[in-house]
Amino acid sequence: MPGHGTRDTGHALLEVKGLRVAVAGNEILKGVDLAIREGEVHAIMGPNGSGKSTLAQVLAGHPAYTVLAGSAKYEGKGLLSMKPEERARAGVFLAFQYPVEIRGITNSYFLRSALNALRRERGEPELDPIDFLQVLEQKLKAIGWDDSMMNRPVNEGFSGGEKKRNEILQLAVLEPRLAILDETDSGLDIDALKTVAHAVNQLRGPKRSFLIVTHYQRLLNHITPDVVHVLADGRIVKSGGPELAHELEAKGYDWLRDAAMVS
Amino acid sequence: MTSIEAHVQQPYKYGFVTDIESEVVPAGLNEDVIRLISAKKGEPEWMLAWRLKAYRNWLKMSEPHWPNVKYGPIDYQAISYYAAPKQKPKLDSLDQVDPKLVQTFEKLGIPIEEQKRLTGVAVDAVFDSVSVATTFQAELAKYGVIFMPISQAIREHADLVQQYVGTVVPYNDNFFAALNSAVFTDGSFVYVPKGVRCPLELSTYFRINASSTGQFERTLIIADEGSYVSYLEGCSAPMRDENQLHAAVVELVALDRATIKYSTIQNWYPGDEEGKGGIYNFVTKRGKCAGVNSKISWTQVETGSAITWKYPGCILQGDNSIGEFYSVAVTSRKQQADTGTKMIHLGKNTRSTIVSKGISAGRGQNTYRGLVKIMKGAEGARNYSQCDSMLIGDKCGAHTFPYIDVRNSTAIMEHEASTSKIGEDQIFYLRQRGLSAEDAVSMIVNGFCKEVFKELPMEFAVEATRLLGISLEGSVG
Repeated sequence: MPGHGTRDTGHALLEVKGLRVAVAGNEILKGVDLAIREGEVHAIMGPNGSGKSTLAQVLAGHPAYTVLAGSAKYEGKGLLSMKPEERARAGVFLAFQYPVEIRGITNSYFLRSALNALRRERGEPELDPIDFLQVLEQKLKAIGWDDSMMNRPVNEGFSGGEKKRNEILQLAVLEPRLAILDETDSGLDIDALKTVAHAVNQLRGPKRSFLIVTHYQRLLNHITPDVVHVLADGRIVKSGGPELAHELEAKGYDWLRDAAMVS
Repeated sequence: MTSIEAHVQQPYKYGFVTDIESEVVPAGLNEDVIRLISAKKGEPEWMLAWRLKAYRNWLKMSEPHWPNVKYGPIDYQAISYYAAPKQKPKLDSLDQVDPKLVQTFEKLGIPIEEQKRLTGVAVDAVFDSVSVATTFQAELAKYGVIFMPISQAIREHADLVQQYVGTVVPYNDNFFAALNSAVFTDGSFVYVPKGVRCPLELSTYFRINASSTGQFERTLIIADEGSYVSYLEGCSAPMRDENQLHAAVVELVALDRATIKYSTIQNWYPGDEEGKGGIYNFVTKRGKCAGVNSKISWTQVETGSAITWKYPGCILQGDNSIGEFYSVAVTSRKQQADTGTKMIHLGKNTRSTIVSKGISAGRGQNTYRGLVKIMKGAEGARNYSQCDSMLIGDKCGAHTFPYIDVRNSTAIMEHEASTSKIGEDQIFYLRQRGLSAEDAVSMIVNGFCKEVFKELPMEFAVEATRLLGISLEGSVG
């Protein structure tokens, strides 16, 4: 099987090489290679503790993770030396597995502040609340959602499903080039899963790449990836097309984990 | 976390000293000093007698040590109790104010010159022990509103002052209130006549400048039947190595159906990183809702001072009267704050609301202390209290001491409390959306304080949020 992760990377949006990462002194990623081209949707699957979320967090720049070795190039530039906000402003977006709550700040104010931070970076004028409402309405319409969450404080009192939807809404408004979804499907019932998947599908495009981190194959029933990678014990042990996800659903992860151990 | 802490512990921006010739009474406190202060203010005999009575009581009192703050002994004989910039004895107009004083207040964002004044706000500017300028006095007089330095009011409106001074905070109320009653120098006096809605925000800005002095201002606000007034005080002081004492008294009286809204933005010098220097802010503030359907609302944003000790309270005497207390107290560096409120319910169907937000950073210690007392006759009284603490870093502390004393079984009491910590994950979440670390902290702190900031008059909400290094939330809807 050709290694999808190591093929020609002439137009890679993200190119990760030999990435080794530790958290609290434990090495979690032990040499990850990954290349994502413009417009591609990649899925990272793997058993619990394999390092999936670590990969998502370290690409977004969480300060708790220490890069031991390796590189990550985004648009040809070194990603790992950039501050988290610099990565965000350059178009890297992480949909969090556990979105935080911010008291007293409405979703709409928060989102407008974030969008204006990005617009400042691009040299575009900031949006006032009225202009922002118009942008927001368009985005909501595109993914078929209403504005019921906008005037509530950020994630405060949101159900698990609402929090995940809110992450996707932010994705829709901030229009990143690289969207990393960290277990966005966890804790969603089947209807919520479909709603989120539908929105993500609407947001796919030739200029936007996705890295979807998930434990289960079920999200991939609704979002068809171009490439599926299996992460086990801190390394990508197998890459393939969407059919690999089905194979994993049928056979589990153990056969791959064993393969990783002996390699 | 270092970036968060660095952001919270911004340098003090108001620490400059004005080089001006001052008349300073030698350090020390005795009856002669009190007679001297009274004489300098040209006070009538009854005022001096009241001061001396307070002083003699004070001698028998001892400094309170129950607050949750630590400091070395204060030498009351090492403080000068009167300092005034030298200027012409009689000023015909504000244009004759010493330009250095005008510049000082302008630097603090308080323009007192005719053409630069804040629109909609009348200002009384107090420099050390004297009021140097009061704007819009004539305009206010057209409405019958009296707004002047209290020393002037003692001379010109003796009947009103004599009727109300000490009726809410008696001369022997506590150690610091007694000291203030003996030596108070300036402060503001406000009287709003029956049925008048004061057309301007009234504001006093207190500036301590001279070293080795204390500031002991006294403010008295009387809202007559059916009137409304909104008053705001601000303050700052130079950076000095020694601690300086600020012991103020504020008394509010609201008669039938009157409303007083009192806001404070306290930004006294907080001392350095090691806790050297800074103001001891030991203040007694109390309002009496004397009439039916009256209302007194306290809003305070306390960011300065080495030590803060204050409990703005309400005596809810009139039936259906309302008391409110909204507070944001920030302690960073080595600041200590022990602050809260007292709500004393006497009248029927009296209501009180307490919303307290404590923010601790650096090695700051923040204590909320509040008393809600429902007396026997207070049928149908209600109280709602909410005390929230936020910790930034792991070397600071938050403490909450709510006291509840209910003597009438019809009372309804609600109390909510929470403690949260700004964590790396919260900051990271906001940075991942493109906000800088500083903006992330600002947004979290601003959101935390929102319920209090929305109580501030519009003109000062901006100042308050800026003080915390925060951009004002302008959320839609």
